[in-house]
Amino acid sequence: MSENSIKINDFVVRFANVNGTGSASANTMFAKAIFRMGLPMTAKNVFPSNIQGLPTWYEVRVSEKGYLGRREGIDLMACLNPQSLAKDVLSVSSGGYFLYDSTKVLHKEFIREDIFYIGVPMMEICIREYSEPRLRQLFKNMIYVGALALLLDIDLEVLKSVIADEFAKKPKLIEPNVNAVMLGINFIKENYKFPLNIRLEKRDLVGNKIVIDGNTAAGIGAVYAGATVAAWYPITPSTSLVNGYEKYAKRLRVDAETGLNKFAIVQAEDELAAIGMVIGASWNGARAFTSTSGPGISLMSEFLGLAYFAEIPVVLFDVQRTGPSTGMPTRTQQSDVLLCAYASHGDTKQVLLFPSTPSECFSMSADAFDLAERLQTPVIVMLDLDLGMNDHMSEPLCWDETRRYDRGKVLSANELDEMESYGRYLDIDKDGISYRTYPATHPTKGSFVTRGTSRDEFARYTEEGEAYVRNMEKLTRKWDTAKLYIPKPEFYQKQNNSKIGMLFFGTSLFPALEAMDMFKEQGVSIDAMRVKAFPFNRAVEDFIKQHDQVFVIEQNRDAQFRSLLINELEINPAKLIKILNYDGMPMTADNIRKQIVSHIIVSSAHSSN
Amino acid sequence: MSYIKPPFRHPDLPLNEVGYSKKDYEGVISTLCAGCGHDSISGAIVQACFEMSIEPHRLAKLSGIGCSSKTPAYFLSNSHGFNSVHGRMPSVATGANLANRNLMYLGVSGDGDTASIGMGQFVHVIRRNLNMTYIVMNNGCYGLTKGQDSATADEGSLSKAGSINHFQAIDLAGLALELGASFVARSFSGDKTQLIPLLKAAMSHQGFAFIDVISPCVTFNNNVGSTKSYDYVRDHIETLSMLDFVPHESEIVIDYKEGDSKTVILHDGSLINLHKLTSGWDPTNKDSSFKQLHKSREKGEILTGLIYIDSASNDLHNVIRTVNEPLNSLTEKDLMPGLDALEMINEEMR
Repeated sequence: MSENSIKINDFVVRFANVNGTGSASANTMFAKAIFRMGLPMTAKNVFPSNIQGLPTWYEVRVSEKGYLGRREGIDLMACLNPQSLAKDVLSVSSGGYFLYDSTKVLHKEFIREDIFYIGVPMMEICIREYSEPRLRQLFKNMIYVGALALLLDIDLEVLKSVIADEFAKKPKLIEPNVNAVMLGINFIKENYKFPLNIRLEKRDLVGNKIVIDGNTAAGIGAVYAGATVAAWYPITPSTSLVNGYEKYAKRLRVDAETGLNKFAIVQAEDELAAIGMVIGASWNGARAFTSTSGPGISLMSEFLGLAYFAEIPVVLFDVQRTGPSTGMPTRTQQSDVLLCAYASHGDTKQVLLFPSTPSECFSMSADAFDLAERLQTPVIVMLDLDLGMNDHMSEPLCWDETRRYDRGKVLSANELDEMESYGRYLDIDKDGISYRTYPATHPTKGSFVTRGTSRDEFARYTEEGEAYVRNMEKLTRKWDTAKLYIPKPEFYQKQNNSKIGMLFFGTSLFPALEAMDMFKEQGVSIDAMRVKAFPFNRAVEDFIKQHDQVFVIEQNRDAQFRSLLINELEINPAKLIKILNYDGMPMTADNIRKQIVSHIIVSSAHSSN
Repeated sequence: MSYIKPPFRHPDLPLNEVGYSKKDYEGVISTLCAGCGHDSISGAIVQACFEMSIEPHRLAKLSGIGCSSKTPAYFLSNSHGFNSVHGRMPSVATGANLANRNLMYLGVSGDGDTASIGMGQFVHVIRRNLNMTYIVMNNGCYGLTKGQDSATADEGSLSKAGSINHFQAIDLAGLALELGASFVARSFSGDKTQLIPLLKAAMSHQGFAFIDVISPCVTFNNNVGSTKSYDYVRDHIETLSMLDFVPHESEIVIDYKEGDSKTVILHDGSLINLHKLTSGWDPTNKDSSFKQLHKSREKGEILTGLIYIDSASNDLHNVIRTVNEPLNSLTEKDLMPGLDALEMINEEMR
């Protein structure tokens, strides 16, 4: 057996743990240390719908080139879970490494000839060093982090700084954790050759970037956007979004003098009530939001239709998970696209935003509040579990100093006094957006009954077909206006270089860009566009027109985004090719590359080079 | 069709303390059936708001779906209204209230809207003690879909079509009491002398005020054998007490003997004077309220009046400790934490 050649700053480490054993914080510290060495890394938590006992994995990919997608192939497996050991051994790439607890001898059937085994008697060390069972468990995690630090050449000072920050609020724990790390280091020092052929070297590649999960970033975005009412119902993977909002609202929005809150958070009895509260609060002039996942969207659909038809702002975060039904609650997917785009009965269309990075989760969260109030309609921010719950290296959260909240067309008492008459649904500006009034604005002017039933321009109940049609057409005008306000797509080339293009959104960004590079290395040029919003604006349509073949990359079975493009833009379906992934794991570049290769028209790919 | 009342007003209509005439509290013409109990309740709401000198724009009226939920269009035209979706008025009212704690919130619902499709939200809005008045216009049937039994129809009650209801009725007042509502009352649409002071007391109450108003459906549930018909209700009504509502600035005159009257002081300083009390019942004692409810139910009576009140309860805003000013009045200056705070957050993530 021969060792693979030396790989610097380009490998995947996977941890196999038991849920609920405190491994998550140890694994996070490992990843953070790599980041602080100036290296781009991406971390994926693969966890069960369970609180304690089932297998859970944590994957860290280091990529000097800056690729932030998941990659298949495990270079080092740190296996701390006997339950999953058999499968874990098999998952290591040939020539890779298998780190395990050698307190017990590894059974013969788990020995592969083509990988290297690194046994560290973690439990034995723990039993020797610690008397309390809980400490044995917790420090076992830090022992493997220590062992890996030496094997992979993690800078010890950097690792110590991460530990110090992790326990900043419990400083007594810093030293014992560092000591546990040293136990791991010392064992490797005495027993193994180090570093391994996969190893780290410090670089300066992360600049001012941060490591944060998308849910927290979106929650902070809601704080900055001035949201004062959050109503929600717990559901994986969206819960941490409201938790993030709460954490930072408590830090930044408590009145210093009175100790009272400039925000209200209500855990509702279900998703129906959650969005009902958001609608009530928005109707009454507060910025309000809720956060959920697919099953919650199904329940909220009736209210989404009301908000669309009665023209009430709503900000809704959908952190998508694997459906249908309860599906795989802790696995990722982009499978609520059609559900959200056309949520509710009757002719409804909803504005969608598709962030790809935590930094965008923050900025689009703020955009969503402006858009919802400008357009007086629901805006659904489409995250997924991968973006929402995993730590990502990201641009910092950024707020333009000159930015002001756009509260949309809302009349004051003075403005009402100056008007001859007020009609809630009059289209005065011919952009489909009417003027709102909040309750209590004026003693005798501007009041009306908001309703989901048909009404005329003055909000009076009517079942006249003509009035109904006028209203529906006004909503269509507003939909067209929306195209001017929503974020434009992003392009990854200065000008088109190819007759083939790829189109993607959300977290497919990471593997798509990596796949694009793979093709470039082979001399095949592909143009790329990332769509950031629905409705599709002109630039999206143009990009598709300008290419003979467009690969639509998405993470669901039914190519929902492709259907939406075909339906909304009346595109010939033959032109849009499905590139799909729907196993619940984040898509990889290699997967995209393989699927595209099987379709590619080579001549057109080279034609314009 | 949309019915608008003529704007003409008699120049000598009496005005209340805030300068409004009773007309200013009216709404558009009702499209409910002639004789519908709900219209009487709308009239009682108009009268109560006029007499209380409520500025109409300081009140928001909300409803779900059904005949009852149409009524907010028929009173208080100068108030914002929200005719939401079936059974979900409580959540919309909760959100509205969170946004502006300084307005009055009047929720109108029906027995289908509350006791069936909206039961979950009804239960939870009580649990949160939202500061609002919640009226159920209770006719024991689904009027708008032509008279099907609702969950408040009494067991054995006969429908107009001649079928007997075999299921137990849900007693919404009893349920509200059990769930901890801080104000529980029941009344009858045909008894304005009782309903108007009850509405005033409910609207002055700080916390969740529930009034179950039996309101006969003249078209589908006013037949012989129905327990929600005008005749049946009049024959079986049992009044707990006579009741006056005394606004806080008024002089208090008690002209009843001690022992059969009781005064309850509300949060805003208003008083409720109760006289000719049913013996053994004290509206501030929940146990006695339960007993009265059970007793009358066993006797087949419809107990009306103020059933229970806790005037010192903590409403949702106090529990979650929101600032005193309405959240919808906070500006960017109050809400946007600034760039330094953001840089600190970024730094923590490095």
